[in-house]
Amino acid sequence: MNDAALQGKLKLATAALCGCFGCHMSLLDIDERILKLVELVEFDRTPLTDIKSIGQCDIGLIEGGVANAENVEVLRDFRKHCNILVAIGECAVNGGIPAMRNQFDLQDCLQEVYIDGIGVENPLLPNDPEIPLLLDKVHPVHEVVRIDYFLPGCPPSADTIWTFINDLIEGNDISFPYSLIHYD
Amino acid sequence: MTSELETAEHPKGLKRTVIEPLTRVEGHGKVTLLQDEKQNIKQARLHISEFRGFEKFIQGRPYWELPVLVQRLCGICPVSHHLAAAKATDMIVGAAELTPTAEKIRRLMHFGQTLQSHALHFFHLCSPDLLFGFDDEVRHRNIVGVIEDEPEIAKQGVLLRKYGQEVIRVTAGKRIHGTGAIPGGINKSLSKDEIKYLKRDIGQVIEWAQQAVELVKRIFFEHYDYHMSFASIDSNMLSVIRNDGAFEIYHGGLRARDEKGNTIFDHIDYSCYGDYIREGVKNWSYMKFPFITSLGQENGWYRVGPLARVNNCDFFPTPLAERQRREFTGTAEGRTVQSTLAYHWARLIELLHCSESIAELLNDSDLYGNELLNKGELQCCGTGVIEAPRGTLFHHYEINDDGIVKKANLIVSTTNNNQAMNESIRKVASQYLDGNQLSEALLNQVEVAVRAYDPCLSCATHAMGKMPLQINLVNDKGELLDRLEKRASGEINRTV
Ligand code: SF4
Repeated sequence: MNDAALQGKLKLATAALCGCFGCHMSLLDIDERILKLVELVEFDRTPLTDIKSIGQCDIGLIEGGVANAENVEVLRDFRKHCNILVAIGECAVNGGIPAMRNQFDLQDCLQEVYIDGIGVENPLLPNDPEIPLLLDKVHPVHEVVRIDYFLPGCPPSADTIWTFINDLIEGNDISFPYSLIHYD
Repeated sequence: MTSELETAEHPKGLKRTVIEPLTRVEGHGKVTLLQDEKQNIKQARLHISEFRGFEKFIQGRPYWELPVLVQRLCGICPVSHHLAAAKATDMIVGAAELTPTAEKIRRLMHFGQTLQSHALHFFHLCSPDLLFGFDDEVRHRNIVGVIEDEPEIAKQGVLLRKYGQEVIRVTAGKRIHGTGAIPGGINKSLSKDEIKYLKRDIGQVIEWAQQAVELVKRIFFEHYDYHMSFASIDSNMLSVIRNDGAFEIYHGGLRARDEKGNTIFDHIDYSCYGDYIREGVKNWSYMKFPFITSLGQENGWYRVGPLARVNNCDFFPTPLAERQRREFTGTAEGRTVQSTLAYHWARLIELLHCSESIAELLNDSDLYGNELLNKGELQCCGTGVIEAPRGTLFHHYEINDDGIVKKANLIVSTTNNNQAMNESIRKVASQYLDGNQLSEALLNQVEVAVRAYDPCLSCATHAMGKMPLQINLVNDKGELLDRLEKRASGEINRTV
């Protein structure tokens, strides 16, 4: 057994795929309840720690949709390592604002920014092998792996996330009062 | 300057080293280094691997959607994008000026957000490096470690951020991605109860902000020479400035100074930004490289953000921050402060200024006025510039007769620091990597240099990569000589 299990803590991992980080910020909006959270869970891989690869976890939270090959890899890895995988926020649930690029050709998007943009000097398309290739379209996470729970909202409020995590940890049915369900 | 390390003359046969992914920054980036057989650095690059294409996909949307749509670029400082877009759409609806109530509520919102963003960056992301050392154990080097070892500091950080977020909630309706600002003004003023609520804790917030500045100074002065020289580069500085030269983050002209403090341009109307700033493209990064046109791409790059703002302003209009500024600029002996780690110091002086300014604004009766909107004739384009927590942010839109966006240009704060972050990692590489045995502490030093800029790559399409942090040393025949791997558990393995 690892340290966390010995202390009765669950392991929690989080990742931001193609999102704005706002869902992670909303998690931090639990404010001082974070002091309680670190008693309940141990953070594994998350942008808040320097842990680079995910270990076996109880809960995984995914922000953002899938916009490039690396997102696919990370998402599959999370599915493999997390007992429960949760899509947090509109971007993860349905692609969100970044999926607005789906109505355009990817080539046109790149062209607009790096070739035809206002004030661009020496226009060219970035193509170095060191930077990753983009997917043609932005996808919601459930199109790539099985998802256990979806939390809507852009972002879901801190109270929504907090209620959810507590219900989950205590083994209660997940339920929200009306005020905690919103889609903006 | 270390620009000669940008591109190696003969890259073939050089050893390639990769640091990937960078952590405790918002978003995704990686660093590559090339060395010759004597381990001298020949090339160092910070690659930004994000691309989202906002400029394209907002084409065809009505202008009034912009303040709520474009803020989804960033959940850490959404208010900056919200307000920059709102300012651009003010111009579009022909509102040359805002009502006092609208302008003050927007300012309050912006102070709240700068406060929360600076607190987040210092306490949640960077304080572990500064409190525990760059070479602290990986498992411990995060906010949970701070909660365990320095609970009082952690608590103050969490509550400072909370206060800033509450200011945003009260002024914008939601903590993240609110809707307070609309073209020509705002959609609601404050009630007396809301003002009373915000007044309750502001005294405490100012006190904690002062303690935060003292904390960062103590850390800075403990190893003064080291902190002054670490990743330090000479650069131009760009920021917005008030008419009288005072520190300003909501509205003003553009000021640029060189490393000696000489003025390059001053009080420039930001709608003419295109005459002064252009952006270069390099094939190895999705992030563009802005520069001051008159100086050219090679010498015209600059820094933005807290370091630039505190250096560039003539004074802070609030007393506590002004006292701190004097001490800060005093260290530069007549030049500008160029230490990269001084970003942290400057950032917390700004945090103090924001809390003082909030206290002042909360006494202003315009906050509960009911004149919310101004309007004029519809214009075909609008530019909004604001000092976001991470630096100068440009939004520029052109619309057609039906009010539909035709063209857009966004220069986000972190993009302005692109070349500077590259220069800083080159400096660290030549300061500490040249000819040296690789170690985990070294890897983190490169990251510490990047973190100082508080880069927000969160518009990124990326998570932290799943690979463990890895450095490979390869000789000119492509044979692997040495490999260091930082595992998830934090341990370092030498696998060759
Ligand atoms: S759902 Fe909203 S808050 Fe969350 S990542 Fe997407 S844009 Fe950001």
